[in-house]
Amino acid sequence: MQATSSVRESLITGGKTVRDVSEDISRHVENKPNRLWWIAFLTSLVLFGFGFYCLAALLWEGIGLWGLNKTVGWAWDITNFVWWVGIGHAGTLISAILLLFRQKWRMSINRAAEAMTIFAVICAATFPLAHMGRLWLGFYWALPLPNTWGSLWANFNSPLLWDVFAISTYFTVSLVFWYIGLIPDFAVIRDRATRMGNKTRATIYNALSFGWDGAAKTWMRYESVALILAGLSTPLVLSVHTIVSFDFATSVVPGWHTTIFPPYFVAGAIFSGFAMVLTLLIVTRKVFKLEDYITIYHIELMNIVIIITGSIVGIAYITEFFVAWYGMVPAEFYAFYNRATGPYWWAYWSMMTCNVISPQLFWFKKIRTNIVATFVLSIIVNIGMWFERFVIIVTSIHRDYLPSSWSMFYPTMYDLGEYIFTFGLFFTAFFLFAKFFPVINMAEVKSIIKSSSEKKH
Amino acid sequence: MTTKTYWKGLPQLKNDPKFVKNADKEFVDLGVQEDAGHSRRDFLKMMGFSVAAASLAACEAPIRKAIPYVSKPLDADPGIPNYYASTYINGGDYCSIVVKVRDGRPIKIDGNSLSKVTMGGTSAQVEASVLSLYDNFRLRGPRVGEKLSDWETIDKEILTKLNEIAAKGGQIRIVSNTILSPSTKAAIEKFKSKYPTTKVVQYDPISYYGITKANQESLGAAIIPSYDFSKAKVIVSVGADFLGTWLSPIEFTKQFAVNREITAEKKEMSRLYAFESNLSLTGANADYRTAIKPSQEGLVVAQLYKLISGSGSTGIDGIKYLEKAAAELKANAGKALVVSGSNDKNVQVVVNAINNLLGSYGTTINTSSPVNFRQGNDEEMTAFVAEATSGKVDGVIFFNCNPVYDHPQGAELGKALKGIALTVSTSTTPDETASSSGYIAADHHYLESWNDAEPKLNSFSLSQPAITPIFKTRQAQESFLVWAGEANTDYFTFVQEYWRSRFFAASGGLDFQSFWDKCLYDGVFEVTATPTSLSFNGNVDSALSAIASTYSASNSGFELVLYETCGLGTGSQANNPLLQELPDPITKATWDHYVTISLSDATELGIDNDAEGRTQLVNITANGKTITVAALVQPGQAKGTLGVALGYGRTQVGLVGKEIGANAYPLLSLGESLGYNVTSGVKIEKTETPFQIAQTQIHQTYMGRANVVQESVLADYLSNPQEWNDKAPKVTSWDKKVLPGTLSLWKGHDYKNHHWGMAVDLNTCTGCGSCVVACNVENNVALVGKQEVINRREMHWLRIDRYYSSEAEVDDFIGMEKASDNPEVVFQPMMCQHCNNAPCETVCPVAATTHSTEGLNQMTYNRCIGTRYCANNCPYKVRRFNWFKYHDNNQFLNANPAMNTDLGRMVLNPDVTVRSRGVMEKCSFCVQRIQSGKLTAKKERRTMKDGEVVTACQAACSTGAILFGDMNDPESKISKVLGIETQYKEVEIDGKKETVIDYGIDKKVTNPRAYRVLEEIGVKPNIFYLTKIRNKDKESNNA
Repeated sequence: MQATSSVRESLITGGKTVRDVSEDISRHVENKPNRLWWIAFLTSLVLFGFGFYCLAALLWEGIGLWGLNKTVGWAWDITNFVWWVGIGHAGTLISAILLLFRQKWRMSINRAAEAMTIFAVICAATFPLAHMGRLWLGFYWALPLPNTWGSLWANFNSPLLWDVFAISTYFTVSLVFWYIGLIPDFAVIRDRATRMGNKTRATIYNALSFGWDGAAKTWMRYESVALILAGLSTPLVLSVHTIVSFDFATSVVPGWHTTIFPPYFVAGAIFSGFAMVLTLLIVTRKVFKLEDYITIYHIELMNIVIIITGSIVGIAYITEFFVAWYGMVPAEFYAFYNRATGPYWWAYWSMMTCNVISPQLFWFKKIRTNIVATFVLSIIVNIGMWFERFVIIVTSIHRDYLPSSWSMFYPTMYDLGEYIFTFGLFFTAFFLFAKFFPVINMAEVKSIIKSSSEKKH
Repeated sequence: MTTKTYWKGLPQLKNDPKFVKNADKEFVDLGVQEDAGHSRRDFLKMMGFSVAAASLAACEAPIRKAIPYVSKPLDADPGIPNYYASTYINGGDYCSIVVKVRDGRPIKIDGNSLSKVTMGGTSAQVEASVLSLYDNFRLRGPRVGEKLSDWETIDKEILTKLNEIAAKGGQIRIVSNTILSPSTKAAIEKFKSKYPTTKVVQYDPISYYGITKANQESLGAAIIPSYDFSKAKVIVSVGADFLGTWLSPIEFTKQFAVNREITAEKKEMSRLYAFESNLSLTGANADYRTAIKPSQEGLVVAQLYKLISGSGSTGIDGIKYLEKAAAELKANAGKALVVSGSNDKNVQVVVNAINNLLGSYGTTINTSSPVNFRQGNDEEMTAFVAEATSGKVDGVIFFNCNPVYDHPQGAELGKALKGIALTVSTSTTPDETASSSGYIAADHHYLESWNDAEPKLNSFSLSQPAITPIFKTRQAQESFLVWAGEANTDYFTFVQEYWRSRFFAASGGLDFQSFWDKCLYDGVFEVTATPTSLSFNGNVDSALSAIASTYSASNSGFELVLYETCGLGTGSQANNPLLQELPDPITKATWDHYVTISLSDATELGIDNDAEGRTQLVNITANGKTITVAALVQPGQAKGTLGVALGYGRTQVGLVGKEIGANAYPLLSLGESLGYNVTSGVKIEKTETPFQIAQTQIHQTYMGRANVVQESVLADYLSNPQEWNDKAPKVTSWDKKVLPGTLSLWKGHDYKNHHWGMAVDLNTCTGCGSCVVACNVENNVALVGKQEVINRREMHWLRIDRYYSSEAEVDDFIGMEKASDNPEVVFQPMMCQHCNNAPCETVCPVAATTHSTEGLNQMTYNRCIGTRYCANNCPYKVRRFNWFKYHDNNQFLNANPAMNTDLGRMVLNPDVTVRSRGVMEKCSFCVQRIQSGKLTAKKERRTMKDGEVVTACQAACSTGAILFGDMNDPESKISKVLGIETQYKEVEIDGKKETVIDYGIDKKVTNPRAYRVLEEIGVKPNIFYLTKIRNKDKESNNA
């Protein structure tokens, strides 16, 4: 029987029992995927294939296939990189910071959010790799590996090198954290498979669960590791995007050279990450019929995070303009003037509309508890956040100090292709995850269901 | 010591023979080998070999033939360049040069400072001509019709035909551009004496016949005098682009710059007035420029005459600055010069009259050393075309010219050639004329030739081959001697004999060989002659009345001005990609032909030319001929006028120059002398066909950013030279405002040895672009073609930023983007600034760009992984990325033959790496030259001398606007120009305080004109710019 509280809403509805949880979540792993899944999966594969062709052509012919030029050395590549890294942040925030703050509502969404983090970081990493003129050397020269070239080593002054460390650390920790969380759930699937007599599945999930035995001691260790990893991940939420923002903040380019970047980037990352989690979960709960686990209440809470971070981002935009005016540095003043009124004004105002104005709609409870509105707005926010990175990167460098070098950036099919590649990669990976991995953390959710194991009919 | 023995076993004790045999071996061969045939080692060996062999076979090893000398020539050391003085001759264009030859290949051309004519200057065309030597379009040998032939056959056939013509008394013509070479003229004389019906017709694609005629009439000699702009304090140019293309631009640029320098001691500069229709290089450098229509040109000159002579009026008023110019000319009589680009005899007579009134003859104009650059006679040429079309000519030899292309009646001539019994061209390429001729007696390139030249009366220079002929070509002069039936047909001995008989005897030397060697070594030779002075004796009144009847103060229709560009010139080097990709100094357009039109006219016609160079094609009709070119809106273009460049639209040209623009020569007006201005019957019609012009700079103004370009007018500057330093932006430290360079988080560098730096004088830079080509050639800079320029990916390490002034206020950003209707122009050469706190260096993740101990920012190509972060972080945007593989890539075959054809590759400088795809590159301060200079000094056990290392751009700069040197050396020229004061600092050595010279990055620069671009961002470049000063009255008086 569902126990209800007059103080706060139930996190899991529908009077789910422990058995129901195992049943509802494991079912998707055990059953054949439905038609909807196939359509989505194959579409992702097609995108992946097209993107792969563009990527291969880029590596074969040269970076010239993109629309970059002598003035604009980075455009979609780094825009997409920052965008994807940002998206990843929500997963870590949900699983680490909310764990430390004992926010139990995170339990229904952290698994998918963390998966999203992992895939988003992989997608993000493809851009710094692909954007290198000589990837075949760059992929290991950028690492401080021992070599026989004397003093020739990585340059620790370079923010790009900091990126390498930041992203790889982030990826490693996130992956371990995510996987450790998966172990008890894999064991559930193994046990069910054993019961059902499916030997293959039992063997595979047995291996994946590292022989989880469910003993109290094991649970104790599990909890400690999770807490330690949460502690490790927490600073990463702040540090990764801070370091990514250093790529810009430590430069001399007006519009990049700004001390406000670290907090502004972190807020933006969480903002876009939550939007992406919402987009994915609204679809997932529908497809897998998980409305009882991911409730309107979850969505509302996430929307509140979006209002907060969206407002931080909005204040940051305004602060930048204020400082550009107040700072009296002509080049910087022009950079911001040009952002809002120059040839890329449409990108700037798209960003302002999507990021600052549209999330304010969530002040209305009706809107923030409406699935369709949330879905639409979550996509708008991610469009806005893409434009934010584009605006920062391209509008700053396309007109910097010497007007003789001012130029425009026009994307080509290959710019688009590489972006599509990451979408293909992301969704292919996400759909595989949704099919083969339990999309909700069963073990944790079982701890918060407020019902007895016996169902009364 | 004990003598105990330990036995290893019983066999040793027993001295078993089996044991004794192996007693000294560590490992005993037990004789247990399983398979003696194939050991494990054999297997590894075989496998290693197979893998290596298979992988080696899989690698495609490019075959490069390198054949060493069997016996090494005395003065040719592999890897060490030799320099030979020679002469550049192209049509009537002349430059005395020094050719750099590396391993038998000419790879670079510099100016010859011993020449009194060009004084060590070069131009873009001269610099680029070395690549024309390796042009795949060149003829491989003589041709009969379309077929490659051999010299024996072609000589036999030509001689047979010549004799037939001679037998029946037929007419033979030798058609040529100006012939500068006295020996060539002598060789042609030999030909003429064999075939007396021969007549030589000289013409020039850009005719100066009007001047010659005018001088014939008013000075009594058909000459073009020498001009000396360095002696003029006030210069008025009416449509003469003497800094860009007019008559002898290398010489004039050099002279002009002398009076534009401003130093602590020299506080005066010349003043230049320009009255012109197109914005030319001269107009861009003028202190006062007025846009006039070509139909007013004559009247402007006439009015100037009247203003100076003080009588009458010509009915033309309101020509801005004309009265001011006249007053100043008058006040500076004897130090004044008026030049006109008009090819109208009457205008030139009046110009002569003005110069006569001003006392220019004998001061700024020298009639006793006339120039030979343009000897063409338009009347004779027109007569020749008439003869040819009416079948009165039986044989024509085209030498050093291409009239089918570059004469207004070229098409008619081309058709007529089919009916002429003998047509021979001595072109180096199958150009328009050569391919219409029956025979092509392919000439050497000038770098393969012996020759001489007499650019000015009594100034001579020699050409010597810098390479053995690449193809089976033969020098045209030798062909003339062969056809003349001379016994000695070797042109080298012919030139020598000519010099022996003409100069050696007079020189009073003892030994011809040493006389010859000296001349050859110097490249130039001067004969002293008694000056002959001519005096003005023209009929000004008849000239004035002729002007009054042909010019009008207000003409309503469109007018066309046909002009030459600095890059392409007459079009003879149209197949040279260095020139095609050289941005036009004014429009910054590459690879394209266009008509320049004023904004108001364009708006009226509905032509939309946006910042990205997107525009529409227009049809232009003049003199009954129509061409279609793109429209380019040009600030400074006189309203109602159209400017179209000559030299485009070549049809018989190699892959590079194919299908670029339209041939504008047919639009010229025929008459007594060719007319380059068409003032009536000009039509312009807009089409809807879109077109994009490839420009390297798409923003017009510098947005009023004083930290980029600093300019002042002379009067203001002199009243407060420190003005800028007082106004310079300050940064705020925690308690006060300080100069930006004084605060730093960086420790800086100590340059204990050299500290390389550069000073760029914005005052003497005319923007000609010769440095850009020189840099390209020296540093193997890839050329990328039109589409990549449109994609804004040109690779030039050195560019010349051209900025127009704007009428708007500095804080009106939208207004600042628009150039004035008649803008002031500033040129700013921009290359890697070699910052001491280089922003590119810190951001490279792999330390591919680093700082040298001598202040250079150096780029390590093979370490670069191509993140492009450095380029983004470069405030000067001088870094260039290899977006594609520009070498050995058919995609760039047409644009970049120097890296894609076997022939073209010979021009590459072996001292500089050809960069691969995916790496960044930029100006290196010609580090290869610095290194070679240091090595030479080291070998000779001495310190380097100032001026020993000269960067390619500096060497190419005719005006000395670019100066490179060691800023640590207080005696170096750069230290003096910048006024660097040696600074000292106290250091502790062995516990004692001592004062030592501070070799840090912060040099104390005292020249008030010196500034660093973007000083306030603290990157501390090693390049200093000297403020642009215009010789104008105080700002307030110029309203």
